[in-house]
Amino acid sequence: MESVQIISMVCYVISAPLLGLLLAGADRIISARMQRRKGPPILQPYYDVRKLADKERPSAGGVQEFYVLCSLIFMVITGAVFFAGGDLMLAVFMLMLSTVLLLVAAFSSNSPYSQIGAERELYLTMAYEPMVLFTAIGFYVFSGSFRIIDIATGGSMPIVHLFGIFIGFVFILTIKLRKSPFDIGMSHHAHQELVKGISTEFSGKTLAMTEIIHWYENILLLGFIILFFCDGSILGYVIGLAVCISVYVFEILIDNSFARMKWQSALKSAWPVALVFGLGNIIVLFALEA
Amino acid sequence: MSNTSKSPWLIHYDGSSCNGCDIEVLACLTPLYDIERFGIINTGNPKHADIFLVTGSVNEKNAPVIRQIYEGMLEPKAVIAVGVCAASGGVFRRCYNVVGGIDRVIPVDVYVPGCAARPEAIIDGVVKGLEILEKKRDTVRASKNKISEVS
Repeated sequence: MESVQIISMVCYVISAPLLGLLLAGADRIISARMQRRKGPPILQPYYDVRKLADKERPSAGGVQEFYVLCSLIFMVITGAVFFAGGDLMLAVFMLMLSTVLLLVAAFSSNSPYSQIGAERELYLTMAYEPMVLFTAIGFYVFSGSFRIIDIATGGSMPIVHLFGIFIGFVFILTIKLRKSPFDIGMSHHAHQELVKGISTEFSGKTLAMTEIIHWYENILLLGFIILFFCDGSILGYVIGLAVCISVYVFEILIDNSFARMKWQSALKSAWPVALVFGLGNIIVLFALEA
Repeated sequence: MSNTSKSPWLIHYDGSSCNGCDIEVLACLTPLYDIERFGIINTGNPKHADIFLVTGSVNEKNAPVIRQIYEGMLEPKAVIAVGVCAASGGVFRRCYNVVGGIDRVIPVDVYVPGCAARPEAIIDGVVKGLEILEKKRDTVRASKNKISEVS
């Protein structure tokens, strides 16, 4: 491993929660402005997490805390692998593992809200996972390697060849970022029909960790967006960053303008998108090569 | 101000009342009053909440519900009784099913007067509740330290 890779990995582990919390704070302010409110201060997510860490320990829930901690660890490792330029497929599967551990934590409680939330989250996972895999495969077909460092320094922008996959990925980003209409498992907005879905039974430190997982995950997902624009030059990163910001603002707009959908709608819309834009793009790439 | 008072999450329960105070509590969330400015969120989940906002009086049927929500909340927590009915039973006081104010079932920290209580008064009440939350947080911290010393 080169020193640049190690530096970028360490940078991710340290700065991702900071960036993630600023992103979450900005998200809440922009959402509030869209609803003609003033909104909380930008550091509000930080205050929330600090407060949660100060709460009393619940007498039950030691198992949940363990699962959520494991989920956090795997999320950090996923990001570390990704930003160190490691294997894309490994990153995708570890991201999945982190999600599954969060689901197991939710399933370990007897609360019906938590159980239904976890079931809905499973459906959502089924909905977005094919597109995540197509994204990884698309990058492989484009660059001939699963190694992110090879993709990022390939010389030409992946987006030119993988535009369909980019559209599909932005579509499932709505699910991964827990935005309406696909926030049926758990939403970052308070007071939904399912109380808080998978995080209903988390409290205190466990809930604080769930928030931190979300911060790490958001930065990782935006890293995927930047990867579409990496051509080895600084310009590629700058364009990628600009697209990241606009995609995120677009997701907030969608979040504020849609109501929740049923899980059937999530599958019915995410799978065709994955098939048409994801698989379609890969077939076109193969056709062009042949 | 510490982090506890910068992020007070509410749970709101409406006992037997005319729903007037209930609507005023919800009015606090609207763009006009926007309590999210202070980091306040209406959670609807006792496990996430710091402040228990009760409107309306207690009757025989909802007393166990109020008690259960209170017990589901983790320390530090504060209880705010909003409106006259929550304070004493109000106009429903003499009803055959009404027990009285919220303090007949759980300890109340702040009473917000009014029929119905104005959103400004409710926000003032929550701010008052924050001071109590701060004090309770110090107690929780001290007991946490004691537990870690023992173990």
